[in-house]
Amino acid sequence: MPIHDQSYRRYAGPRNEPGSAWLVIAAAGIRTLLGRKLFLAVMLAAWGQFFVRAVMFYLSANFPTLNVLAPSVETFRQFFDIQEIFVLFVTVYVGSGLIANDRRSNALQIYLSKPLSRVEYVAGKLGILAFFLLMVTLVPALALLLLEAMFSASLAFLLDNLFLVPAIALYALMEVSLASFTMLALSSLSTSARYTAMLYAGALFFTAAVFGILRGATASSMLAWLSLRANVEQIGDVIFRLPPRFESPWPASALVVLLLIGLSALVLERRVRGVEVVT
Amino acid sequence: MTTPSPDVPPVARLDEVSVQYGDQAALRDVAATFPPGAVGLLGPNGAGKSTLLKALLGFVTPTAGRMQVLGLDVAASPMQIRARLGYMPESDGHVPGMNAVSFVAYCGQLAGLPRSDAMQRAHEVLYYVGLGEARYRNLETYSTGMKQRIKLAQALVHDPDLLFLDEPTNGMDPKGRDEMLALVRDLATRKGVNLILSSHLLPDVEATCAQVIVLYRGAVAAQGAIADLKTGRREVFELRVKGDAGAFIRGLEADGVECRGSGEEVMRVFVKPGQGPRDLFAAAVRHRVQVRHLRPSVPTLEDVFAEAVGEE
Repeated sequence: MPIHDQSYRRYAGPRNEPGSAWLVIAAAGIRTLLGRKLFLAVMLAAWGQFFVRAVMFYLSANFPTLNVLAPSVETFRQFFDIQEIFVLFVTVYVGSGLIANDRRSNALQIYLSKPLSRVEYVAGKLGILAFFLLMVTLVPALALLLLEAMFSASLAFLLDNLFLVPAIALYALMEVSLASFTMLALSSLSTSARYTAMLYAGALFFTAAVFGILRGATASSMLAWLSLRANVEQIGDVIFRLPPRFESPWPASALVVLLLIGLSALVLERRVRGVEVVT
Repeated sequence: MTTPSPDVPPVARLDEVSVQYGDQAALRDVAATFPPGAVGLLGPNGAGKSTLLKALLGFVTPTAGRMQVLGLDVAASPMQIRARLGYMPESDGHVPGMNAVSFVAYCGQLAGLPRSDAMQRAHEVLYYVGLGEARYRNLETYSTGMKQRIKLAQALVHDPDLLFLDEPTNGMDPKGRDEMLALVRDLATRKGVNLILSSHLLPDVEATCAQVIVLYRGAVAAQGAIADLKTGRREVFELRVKGDAGAFIRGLEADGVECRGSGEEVMRVFVKPGQGPRDLFAAAVRHRVQVRHLRPSVPTLEDVFAEAVGEE
C-alpha cells in the first residue's frame, strides 16, 4: 500500500499578489514572541515606567500640593533615557536570532524560493523588531501625553508644547531604526543568536567605554560621536529642544547614525541571499 | 511516463546560459529545454545541477544567456515565476521553532495563499507526503527522511505548476527512497505537476522521468527522451570470460568493440553495427579465452550517462 493517500488536490482558490509577504513574516514573528512568557514579562517591565509616570501625572493634576510631579518637556526626554535599557533588552532578545536562526537552519533558501524579494524578507524581519521597540518607546510616550491631557482635563500643556508629538515620533523612529538595522545586520553575519547578542551588546558597551576613557583623558566630550549611545542621546536633546549634553556637534552624531544605518543596509544586501557563494 | 508532444511549450528553457563563481565556471553555455512532465537533471556531483536550478529560481545571475520558466523571462518576472514554482532544496531547510503544520502553512502564506486556505492545504499536503501523524511535532525532532518529506510538503503547499526537486532521496533509507520516488511519480503522472528532478542517482531518474538532461562539468552532455537515448545505439551484450581477459579486451577494442568492466566479472560490451555474438566468439578463440557467459542486453540510462560524460 503506498504511504500516501490520494488526497492531494490542485488548488483553485484565491492568491494574494506578490508584495505582501513581509506582513506574513512580521505577523508570524510577532505571534511567536507573544507566546513566550519570559518575553511578555520583559515587555510588562518595560511598561513599568509608564505606569509610574501615569500615577505622577494623575497626582499632579488632582493634588496641587504635588505640583512638583507635573510633566515638562524634560519629563518626556527622561522617559526615553530610562527606556534605553528596555530598548537594549528587546533588541537583543527579539533581534539577535531573526536572521541568524534562519541562516543556521537554511531557511533563507526556503523563504526566497517563494514569491518574496530580499527587501520584503528584511522588511518582515525589521517589522518584528520595530513593532516591539515601538511598543516600549513611541506607544507609551504618546500614551503618556494623552493621559496628561485626560488627567488635567486640559489641552494647555499639549498646546504649549505641540512640538512634543513630532519630537517623540522622530526620536522613537531614529532610536528604533538604528537599533533594528544594526541588530539585523549583525544577525545576518552569524548563525548564532547568542554570538550576535554578545556582539551587539559588546559594540554598545565598548564604544561607550572608549568615549568614557577619552572624555576622562581630554576633559572634553568632543568625541561623543564615538559612542553609539551618546550619538542617540545627543540627537535626542536637539529633537526635544534641550541643551545638548555633549560638546560634540550634533550633526556629527546624526551623520554617524545615518552611516550606521546605511552600512547595515549594505551588509543586509550582501548577506541576505538565496545562495551563499564562496569564491 | 509518456514522452510529451514536441508542440507543447517547454516549462523551462535555457539559451546559452553561463554562470561563474569567481574564477570557477559553474555552467558553460548551457542550452537546454525542459518539456512538460518529469524531467531528470542528471550528472555527477559538481556538474552544475543545483546551480542550474538556482539560476532558474533567480538566486544566481548568469554572466551570459537567457532563461525562461513557464513562458516567463527569469530576469524580468522572478516573482511571478516563483509564485508558480515549488522548490525542494538539497540541504535541510526549515524555519526554526515551528511544528510541521505551522511551517507548511506559513510557506503557503508566503506563496500567496490566504491564511485559512494555507492551513487547510498544509494538513492535506502533510498527509499526502506521509507526515499526517507527525504534523504537530517540532521540526527539530524530525529524522532525515522526515525532513526530506517536509521539504517536499512546503514545495507543494501552494500547488505549483512546476516543481524543482534537488536530490530528493538524499540520506533516505531504501524504503523511504522508494516511497519518495513513488510520490514523485504520482505527482508527475497523476497530479499533473511538471517537475525537474536533479539527481546524481541514475535509478532515481530512470524510475520517475521520461526525459533527461545530462550535465557534466557545467555543460550539457546529452538531452532527450530516455527511451530515445537508449535506442538507436549499438547492440549490447553481457559477457564474462575465463583466461587472459586483459588481452581479450584489448583485442576487442582494436576491432572497435567498446568494453565496460574488468573482465573478471560480467562486463558490458557494445558491438559495432553489423557485429554480433559470432564476432565475440571468434575473438575469444583468437585470444584463447573461454566464454562463460554471453547474453544480449539492453542499453541502460547508465550507458547513456557514461557515454555522454565519456567515462568507462
